[in-house]
Amino acid sequence: MSTTRKAAAAAVAAALGVTALAGCGSSDDTSADSTKGSGSKTVTLVSHDSFNASKDVLKEFTRETGYTVKVLKSGDAGAALNQEILTKGSPRGDVFFGVDNTLLSRALDNDLFTPYEAKGLDRIPAGIQLDAGKHRVTPVDTGDICVNYDKKYFADKKLAPPKTFADLAKPAYKDLLVTENAATSSPGLGFLLGTVAAFGEDGYQDYWKKLKANGVKVVDGWEQAYNEEFSGSAGGKKAKADRPLVVSYASSPPVEVLYADPRPETAPTGVATGTCFRQIEFAGLLDGAKNEAGGKALLDFLIGKKFQEDMPLTMFVSPVADDAKVPELFTKFGATADDPATVAPETIAKNREQWVQAWSSLVVK
Amino acid sequence: MAVPVAFFAVFFAYPVAAIVGRGLKADGVWQFGRFGEVLARPEIRDVLWFTLWQALASTALTLLVALPGAYVFARFDFPGKQVLRAVVTVPFVLPTVVVGTAFLALLGRGGLLDELGGVRLDTTVWAILLAHVFFNYAVVIRTVGGLWAQLDPRQEEAARVLGAGRFTAWRRVTLPALAPAVAAAALMVFLFTFTSFGVVQILGGPGFSTLEVEIYRQTAQLLALPTAAVLTLTQFAAVGAILALHAWTVRRRERALKLVDPAHTARRPRGAGQWTLLAGVLLSVALLILLPLAVLVQRSFGGTGLAYYRALTSAEANSGTFLVAPIEAIGNSLRYALVATLIALVVGGLAAAALTRRAGRLVRGFDALLMLPLGVSAVTVGFGFLITLDKPPLDLRTSWILVPLAQALVGVPFVVRTMLPVLRAVDARLREAAAVLGASPLRAWREVDFPLVRRALLVAAGFAFAVSLGEFGATVFIARPDNPTLPVAVARLLGRSGELNYGQAMALSTVLMLVCAVSLLLLERIRTDRSGEF
Repeated sequence: MSTTRKAAAAAVAAALGVTALAGCGSSDDTSADSTKGSGSKTVTLVSHDSFNASKDVLKEFTRETGYTVKVLKSGDAGAALNQEILTKGSPRGDVFFGVDNTLLSRALDNDLFTPYEAKGLDRIPAGIQLDAGKHRVTPVDTGDICVNYDKKYFADKKLAPPKTFADLAKPAYKDLLVTENAATSSPGLGFLLGTVAAFGEDGYQDYWKKLKANGVKVVDGWEQAYNEEFSGSAGGKKAKADRPLVVSYASSPPVEVLYADPRPETAPTGVATGTCFRQIEFAGLLDGAKNEAGGKALLDFLIGKKFQEDMPLTMFVSPVADDAKVPELFTKFGATADDPATVAPETIAKNREQWVQAWSSLVVK
Repeated sequence: MAVPVAFFAVFFAYPVAAIVGRGLKADGVWQFGRFGEVLARPEIRDVLWFTLWQALASTALTLLVALPGAYVFARFDFPGKQVLRAVVTVPFVLPTVVVGTAFLALLGRGGLLDELGGVRLDTTVWAILLAHVFFNYAVVIRTVGGLWAQLDPRQEEAARVLGAGRFTAWRRVTLPALAPAVAAAALMVFLFTFTSFGVVQILGGPGFSTLEVEIYRQTAQLLALPTAAVLTLTQFAAVGAILALHAWTVRRRERALKLVDPAHTARRPRGAGQWTLLAGVLLSVALLILLPLAVLVQRSFGGTGLAYYRALTSAEANSGTFLVAPIEAIGNSLRYALVATLIALVVGGLAAAALTRRAGRLVRGFDALLMLPLGVSAVTVGFGFLITLDKPPLDLRTSWILVPLAQALVGVPFVVRTMLPVLRAVDARLREAAAVLGASPLRAWREVDFPLVRRALLVAAGFAFAVSLGEFGATVFIARPDNPTLPVAVARLLGRSGELNYGQAMALSTVLMLVCAVSLLLLERIRTDRSGEF
């Protein structure tokens, strides 16, 4: 199985979700009355398997606009996008959510989207509006791919956990890291891109040679890496896993807390904040959408306050709108990367295959 | 014959041809030159070579482990035999996501081998081979053991009375009768391991890739349709060759053998040698099949008793992951599998009937054709559905019916394989006699054929049902978020961190395993004497 994209994202316990939402205010102004009554009453959102939204939030959309959202999930992010490309012009839905900066160019080069300038874009930082000139896609959330560590392991060993990419290659951390195949897994690719950003197109291969010499283990997907190899996760503990470092998400620690029984005071895992690669997820109006008006209303809604404040505890990603409050549960246990690595989508599009090839022959073979 | 042909044309041949065509056609011109380009690439050659040798090794290992088992299940009576026979079949219908996790626990760190001798096999080819034995054990037990149980032991005894040694008697009498069944079983195992996907992905790690894995990667991840098309056709050719060989061995097996009721051939083991053999087989079953299943169950209970099972019943505890309580996935799975079974029975039953009535090369070819879905990658079929079934009257891309349709594709071969031998055994003269006495064809079928094949029909239904329950590859592409099936729900839970999610995945896997085991156990009860090889 290829890796589920926003793998670390997890569902939220309803009680918590509802409490968090109740505090989020009840009225916001993302309604699109002008679109009411035109055409179909259903608007279809196509996404990847990791898409989640609280029922209440989807109901709120219906209350505001009169449209009912039908969600269609189809595989991990790469597969979902590729299915859209195959059915271009006769799409299965109206809006596609879940193309990230590593795949953005593939979507744009295939003319998948009809330009639409969503209402409320001014609340989103210019730095992540990667298609600001044409508005074919709208940024909806960001998430960081980072190395997570098993706090107990490092405390027991009286060893400081690594902080940066360079730390990971040090002898103290020999045979401790497990990562995912960059060719088949999105966190694996993100981590590789992070090293490219950190060491440059000339230096990243040398870095991986060092990592390999330092005993990095590569498995195919996030599920195995996190649940079977990583000693800090709940699954890993059951599996007697023995790698205290894993490539996962900055939002994985709060999930470990929320889904533990009983819930601990602090997260059992931490984030090496100097090893992060930032993913930005976009949504767009599909070319040939049957319900264009509904699709536009949905795009407005996705960057509206209500939806933005729902995301942290349903998809475990960060909102992009600056007026969205992030729930304490998310900030308390999660980490934010101070200076996450990024690579421009065009550069990624141009070099991804070549980087992954080089990486494979260097590390896997 | 029209119904099965139409079904396969619309839901299999057309989608697959369309997606392959999309990859191999440029500006309306076929680009067959791409075969040379793709197959000459060193990394593709590595994939082809690995696919071939791991399938050969897996088949050899499976035969080595399972043939003694086939003998024991056929010839010995021991308490719990029926239950065990059902249990060893459970892996065959379990989704690999689930099994991979259990197997890792066994072969990886802290696993049994690790604790006994510090041996770890995860991300080695051994993990792949052992998992293939786990999955395909039942194929040998059912195909070879099924026939073995019906061979009259008195034939061998007669040979010994006439002066042949024990080994000579076995070699001259039993082996020739058994050989075609062994060949058929070996070819089926080879087919399943040749097209292995989940096992290789999960247990092998990124260093290993089969054709099927590569097709998935090229299609779903890279959208490199030309490469995927070449690989699909290559696999198609290989699978076609395997199936042709298989059909040939099956035909050879169908020559008259003196078969007896298996109830009379099995007896309690006698003597130290036979008891040792029985113990050895039971031990290998325990280690290779029961243990991985037990690991799943153990993990589903975790440290908190039934907590994971309780969480399954609430959508609240999972409000983000699922729109409904995961437990409802059981209902969804059962409903889908039921519809899939109905479709498979109608299509497969009609195909089997047509194959019985007619003979000739064309019909035999059709027989092999019905097996092809077992060897074509789910991603090819799934993407094919997307680009073909998108216009009225067949705009099914977002319809629930796609799930049972895709599941029926894999169920039909089992129905055909089960029904065919039984239908062929119905004496045509009975039917003719009924017709002479004035019965309409329908009445003749109802009064003559149906009572004779009823049990086989039930067994076929059971198998189609179990296979549909466990189907994952195609379902995951088309299952709707509000109606996840069991395997899809398991995969989604496994895709998330946190103890509760992991535990629920294990609990749901255990539920799936139990549902499969119970349906197979029921089958054991109604099994007919000659109900095909599965």
